[in-house]
Amino acid sequence: MTDLSHLKADFPVLANGVHFLDSGASSQKPIPVLEAMDRFARTSYANVHRGAYKLSVASTDAYEAARERVAGFIGATDPREVVFTRGATTALNTVAFGWGLEHLGPGDRILSTEIEHHANLVPWQMVAKRTGATLDHIPMTDDFRLDLAAYEDKLGPDVKIVAVTGMSNVLGILPPIRFISDLAHRHGARVVVDAAQLVPHSSVDVEALGADFIAFSSHKMLGPTGIGVLWGRMEALEETEPFEGGGEMISDVTLHDATWAEIPHRFEAGTPPIIEAVGLHAAVDYLESIGMDQVLAHDLELTEIALDRLSDVPGLQIQGPTNLEDRGGVISMSMDGVHAHDLATILDEGGVAVRSGHHCAKPLMRRLGVAATARASFYVYNTEEDIDALIGGLRKAGDLFGVGS
Amino acid sequence: MSLEDLYREVILDHYRSPRNKGHLEDPDARAEGVNPLCGDELTIELNFEDDMVSEVAIDGQGCSISQSSASMMTEAIKGKTRAEIETLTQQFRDMMSLDGEAEIELDPDRPGAVLGDLESLQGVRKYPVRIKCASLGWNVLLEALGEDE
Repeated sequence: MTDLSHLKADFPVLANGVHFLDSGASSQKPIPVLEAMDRFARTSYANVHRGAYKLSVASTDAYEAARERVAGFIGATDPREVVFTRGATTALNTVAFGWGLEHLGPGDRILSTEIEHHANLVPWQMVAKRTGATLDHIPMTDDFRLDLAAYEDKLGPDVKIVAVTGMSNVLGILPPIRFISDLAHRHGARVVVDAAQLVPHSSVDVEALGADFIAFSSHKMLGPTGIGVLWGRMEALEETEPFEGGGEMISDVTLHDATWAEIPHRFEAGTPPIIEAVGLHAAVDYLESIGMDQVLAHDLELTEIALDRLSDVPGLQIQGPTNLEDRGGVISMSMDGVHAHDLATILDEGGVAVRSGHHCAKPLMRRLGVAATARASFYVYNTEEDIDALIGGLRKAGDLFGVGS
Repeated sequence: MSLEDLYREVILDHYRSPRNKGHLEDPDARAEGVNPLCGDELTIELNFEDDMVSEVAIDGQGCSISQSSASMMTEAIKGKTRAEIETLTQQFRDMMSLDGEAEIELDPDRPGAVLGDLESLQGVRKYPVRIKCASLGWNVLLEALGEDE
């Protein structure tokens, strides 16, 4: 067992004993992240890339150091390939609007998936409408995996981009991004990966992953809200137009025209999330001090225990694979005769925080044939006691609603 | 306040066996609504005789609170005039916004007691995020009533 129980003390929110099983929505923040942001704001804060004064230089250095740290964390050889955004959603919209509007037109196809989070689906619907391109989807198999045979069939010269999740926020599965990317590239298509669940929970090397763009958020990986990352292969970023205009992103401006700053700054219009970048830097330090392989191993150990014990809860169904193969620490559940919101309310009474609802994946909910699920997701601070509380709450719900009686 | 106060047997009974579930043929009024936060869905169909709701049907899916509240509501409004339904709606809203632990007297014979089974929903107000669930049916009802005017 990967014992990380000593880490719990680093997370002030958890001191009140809450069994926090909603890290898939957003993670808690450890003291080193909070302190790094506080220290920076107290000692070194100023706007970046603007001032000639020492404080601005120090702030710029800290901001750019965060970029280098993140680049190293995801195996990017060139820090310029790391664009700071407001979050994964903005990063995905930058690709959809910045790349999509430039490269898509009538007769082109966008290939997304049936299991996608709205953040990697709705922007493509919007861009499809504007460009006249059509949107198609890789279906899910009955064992909750992407249908790769169907994917191969759907690929063709008219497919210009494949938009796929790196880890499903509902099913927990890890689609084979390398395989998907290689196949897409053979057909000349770009690949954008929603890595919002993937990067916080596993060791990611963008070169090995093989995609052209990946997007993720700081707040799901122990860092602050308000900052996320778009990583793009340099040649893919060069094909991308800025999606927002303003300060910081220009090289020269006349009354009628402007030229863009260098990559990545052309994608960072306005004052960026500077304090948040320092927080993200600290979060990466914290995660690497544990080791990403350890983080994933810990998530999966808890997942294995939970799946085993959940199988004994009357009326409970797992909406996703029940094995550990190619998956992360996310488990979606439904209970016969008990709606997900009732489950969540009853669990909450026992101090267990789970997400209930459609998880911003309504098409997937329809495919699964459920209106909503309750979802437990694990992270470094979770322990077996959290699973005990989860199981206890689920049994209580079953008793209250007379499940199986 | 315990979970047993929230999930009273009468609520679970309406949830398992919703009253007036189904559809009316060519109804005088119809409205549907969703609670986008949790995806609860509800359709209401009404027939009138003069000013009175003569028939009501609901269909939908969602949590026990939203679906039981709608089911109880259909029983409460059947045979009532618009004015009576307005009073009823106000009473329900008042019940949902009561402060503190004070409980409504569960005496159906007291003057003005028209909520009936609906009074079992008063535990919901201790769970603010669930009040929206309990109110869904009423919001859709108002829309259906407005549509017929």
